[in-house]
Amino acid sequence: MPYIPHTDADVHAMLDRIGASSIDELFDEIPRELRVDSLPGVPAAMTEMELMRLAAERATQDGHVLNFIGAGAYEHHIPAPVWALATRGEIYSAYTPYQAEASQGTLQIMYEYQSMIAGLTAMDVSNASLYDGASALAEACLMAVRAHRRSQSARILMPAAVNPVWRQVARAITEGQHLKLEELPFDPRHGITDPKSLERFAGQDITALVIQQPNYFGQLEDVEALTQWARANGALVIAAVNPVALALLTPPGEWGVGGADIACGDAQPFGVPLSSGGPYVGFMASRMEHVRQMPGRIAGRTLDAEGRPGFTLTLQAREQHIRRGKATSNICTNQGLLMTAATIHLALLGPAGLERVARACVARTQELVAALTRLDGIRAAFAGPRFHEALLQFDRPVAPLLEALAAEGIIGGYDVSRDYPELGHAMLICATETRTPADLERYAQALRRLLDRAAAA
Amino acid sequence: MNEIPSDLRYTKSHEWIRTLPDGSVEIGITDHAQHSLGDMVFVEVPEAGRMLAAGDACAVVESVKAASDVYSPLGGEVLAGNALLATQPELINQDPYGQGWIMRLKPGADAASAALMTSAAYQAGLATES
Amino acid sequence: MKKTEPLIFELSQSGRGATAQHPAATVADIPVALRRRRPPPLPEVSELQVVRHYTRLSQMNFGIDTHFYPLGSCTMKYNPRVCNSVAMQPEFLGRHPLAPAATGQGVMACLFELQEMLRDVTGMAGVSLTPMAGAQGEFAGVAMIRAYHRAHGDTARTEIIVPDAAHGTNPATASMCGMKVREIASLPNGDVDLAALDAVLSPATAGIMLTNPSTLGVFERHIAEIERKVHAAGGLLYYDGANLNAILGKARPGDMGFDVIHMNLHKTFSTPHGGGGPGSGAVGVGPRLLPYVPVPVIGRDGDRYRWLDERDLPGSIGRLSGFMGNTGVLLRAWAYMRILGAAGLCRVAEFSTLNANYLLARLTEAGFDAAYPGRRASHEFIITLKRQAREQGVTAMDFAKRLLDHGYHAPTTYFPLLVPECLLIEPTETETLEELDGFVAALVAIRRESESDAATVKSAPHTMPVRRLDDVRAARQLDIAWKPAAA
Repeated sequence: MPYIPHTDADVHAMLDRIGASSIDELFDEIPRELRVDSLPGVPAAMTEMELMRLAAERATQDGHVLNFIGAGAYEHHIPAPVWALATRGEIYSAYTPYQAEASQGTLQIMYEYQSMIAGLTAMDVSNASLYDGASALAEACLMAVRAHRRSQSARILMPAAVNPVWRQVARAITEGQHLKLEELPFDPRHGITDPKSLERFAGQDITALVIQQPNYFGQLEDVEALTQWARANGALVIAAVNPVALALLTPPGEWGVGGADIACGDAQPFGVPLSSGGPYVGFMASRMEHVRQMPGRIAGRTLDAEGRPGFTLTLQAREQHIRRGKATSNICTNQGLLMTAATIHLALLGPAGLERVARACVARTQELVAALTRLDGIRAAFAGPRFHEALLQFDRPVAPLLEALAAEGIIGGYDVSRDYPELGHAMLICATETRTPADLERYAQALRRLLDRAAAA
Repeated sequence: MNEIPSDLRYTKSHEWIRTLPDGSVEIGITDHAQHSLGDMVFVEVPEAGRMLAAGDACAVVESVKAASDVYSPLGGEVLAGNALLATQPELINQDPYGQGWIMRLKPGADAASAALMTSAAYQAGLATES
Repeated sequence: MKKTEPLIFELSQSGRGATAQHPAATVADIPVALRRRRPPPLPEVSELQVVRHYTRLSQMNFGIDTHFYPLGSCTMKYNPRVCNSVAMQPEFLGRHPLAPAATGQGVMACLFELQEMLRDVTGMAGVSLTPMAGAQGEFAGVAMIRAYHRAHGDTARTEIIVPDAAHGTNPATASMCGMKVREIASLPNGDVDLAALDAVLSPATAGIMLTNPSTLGVFERHIAEIERKVHAAGGLLYYDGANLNAILGKARPGDMGFDVIHMNLHKTFSTPHGGGGPGSGAVGVGPRLLPYVPVPVIGRDGDRYRWLDERDLPGSIGRLSGFMGNTGVLLRAWAYMRILGAAGLCRVAEFSTLNANYLLARLTEAGFDAAYPGRRASHEFIITLKRQAREQGVTAMDFAKRLLDHGYHAPTTYFPLLVPECLLIEPTETETLEELDGFVAALVAIRRESESDAATVKSAPHTMPVRRLDDVRAARQLDIAWKPAAA
């Protein structure tokens, strides 16, 4: 019996002790008419060898591809120690550290992670992670409404240049609490939120302004001007940031005067594989004055009964298991394992390594944009500085091109025409430090051939 | 043993009410309440000027194991929240009826105090609760 | 266990680094006005220092792989290593979520099979795998109930009924969805008080959230009557799958009349808890709620798999995650279900229930008080130490801490809230008889010790890396992030 250690003798001895004649008798409180005795929709058992063979076949079917999509999930090199350490049984198979004395490892990693996120964002405090970037933005909106006591409106200004799925998730999660997410247009030339578009909200009760840096198009927002507007108009600032970019870009805690109020995003680029979309790891940091409105687990350093330093979960009274219906959020878990991977990843990179990764991302993306826009019928949609993504506009629909590229093992970009029909035939591309000049060349050559073939036809 | 001063009025939800000479009232939580909540780690008091109806949640007291709303026993305008509690939440444990007061309130014209209990009634209520 | 380990920041030396991990230097063109002025305060350490540091930290933890972990309602069973191997296939790890479906038919086949297997074991009409944790599955469930009533013009249904034994997430979720929580009492025998239920059912009832078996460790015997009453009142029934392990292959929430269920794949289907996540909270729905499931869900056209989204399901409550949920966790759950197969999944409930009832019998014989005597244990049960607390002044917390010294992770303590001084004990099916006997012996030894030397029990643990921690200090003098000395 897979993973069940009982011998026949064990079962008999145990039933004797219980005073039952069979295991079936132990289910006698379940009404007869509700009982089932089989699961016809589940296939028969497999051995480990058979399962691994099937899994390998399916994985091989998906194959290795050369990826140029970002759009919220980024391919980076993951150092070998990251998962060798994160899958150690003492970490992998532990639960939420409720028994602090037997969970000092997990708790100290949480504390180190919180410190790294706080340092990277230049914010006072961080929680021990949330599910992913999209849900972290949703939680940040809810948190802003709780934290901004003088604002009664629950109106959040949400630029159209913020990741469209993140906006959808924010809407789905905040809907029950009647938040009003109001869209801000982007400047069609630079693809960034135009601070002038805020003028019509001046003097109104606005709870918070969301700023994504870099934004969905990879373009760099004028965070200073946007933050200044929010300050002057009594709105909180929610920063949604790519954590790799923070090696080079002004961190949210230093935006404008006094910085953002809440910073959030996805720490997936730190040691977490793409893995078809998850599990990833949302992060959230804030100013100290808002810490009691922050959702999720937080580890704190304290002393034990002998005065030695140790770690424990703290500020738990905010949470669902104590506050129940009045909790700041229903969240019970963090993304412990992914948070651990991110922490180890950051420790290996250090400030110098992270900066090199970020610089390589910027350089590779610029090279890719240059290589592709040399082809006829392709142009960069927006002018201005960007990080590691760019929006390209084509003179023809991009879906057939992407399909043809995929057939050659190249995932060429992400078709955004559904989310942004006003941008025409547009795709979002990304190149990180993992793309070599030869990779870029292969992509450009393949695309050239496709365009030439179409022109000849 | 829980202290229950006889010169105060009480609520079922463990708030106490002291009438001050100028007609305003001071409100806090009882010794019994602070005992059952344990060591206070954070207290959120209302801002002056806030208008409250009787029964409104007006403050939050938080210990390591519980967070609890404090309900205003009377309607009226908040005159002051106890600013000391921001840095010394433990005052509620040490001196619940004195330095641990939570807010001062100017009762509204129609504030009914009939529902408030005497110390004897509160004591009797505690006895049946346990 | 390893006693102390400095912070990674305290190991840092300026100019050091794990340079094999650093890409070659390049020039990046970022305008000065947008540039970071000071490098982030990350540690500068060698690769070996990193490996040693996190290895040592791991040695300061209990995990299932090292210790018996009978944490009630958390289902801490063995996480088969092969499930990790399956999810860690390089092609699965390297796949971008937005890559065309044509390049993901392999992983999608696994996810589709998982969806179908979960549908079968729960008896529901449809499943969505996207929720990223149990709490998000709950959120999806209540949001679907809200969407259903709204679609029927029933906007006055704003109340969710929750038994007092419920996990804290239930009321928290209801509030998050803008619902009002109506709590109802449990009877002394652990069943829901039907009279209390009658009293709160009304035209404002949106639904009821139930865990069955409940967190009191017993099966709700009047489930059919509850179903009739709630549906007759126009409400829907939500099944919290926290304890699905107890009935796997024995009874199905769909057959009990539930309209929506969330499953904790990290409990019942043995994906790792990872020190607090990732979870995965797939939801199953009955026919009433099919139009509202969170997207995307996976569909099949002939032999091709594709993601169904808002265009296919316009009534959906929307998206809850950036992509399609925690795929890596879903792959582990798929692997677990395939390796166990139909017969193996039925054995999960059988042997987890056998282990729980055996432990309950042994502990009762040894003089401990069951909270619900006369009831069968489900896959878990509650011992109350009220008597020990009164007589020796030794509390459930003290027992829990002393158990750590005996090499057992503590059971869940002080939950459910309505049982005083409780230990909620869930041994799971993967533990041996010898391990269970050892646990009984430890509890008996601690009780004996609390009669002879209560001080030792009350000051436990004594063998862990730290002694009891000062939670009050942690909350009052908040230290939740290391800051560089210069800053």
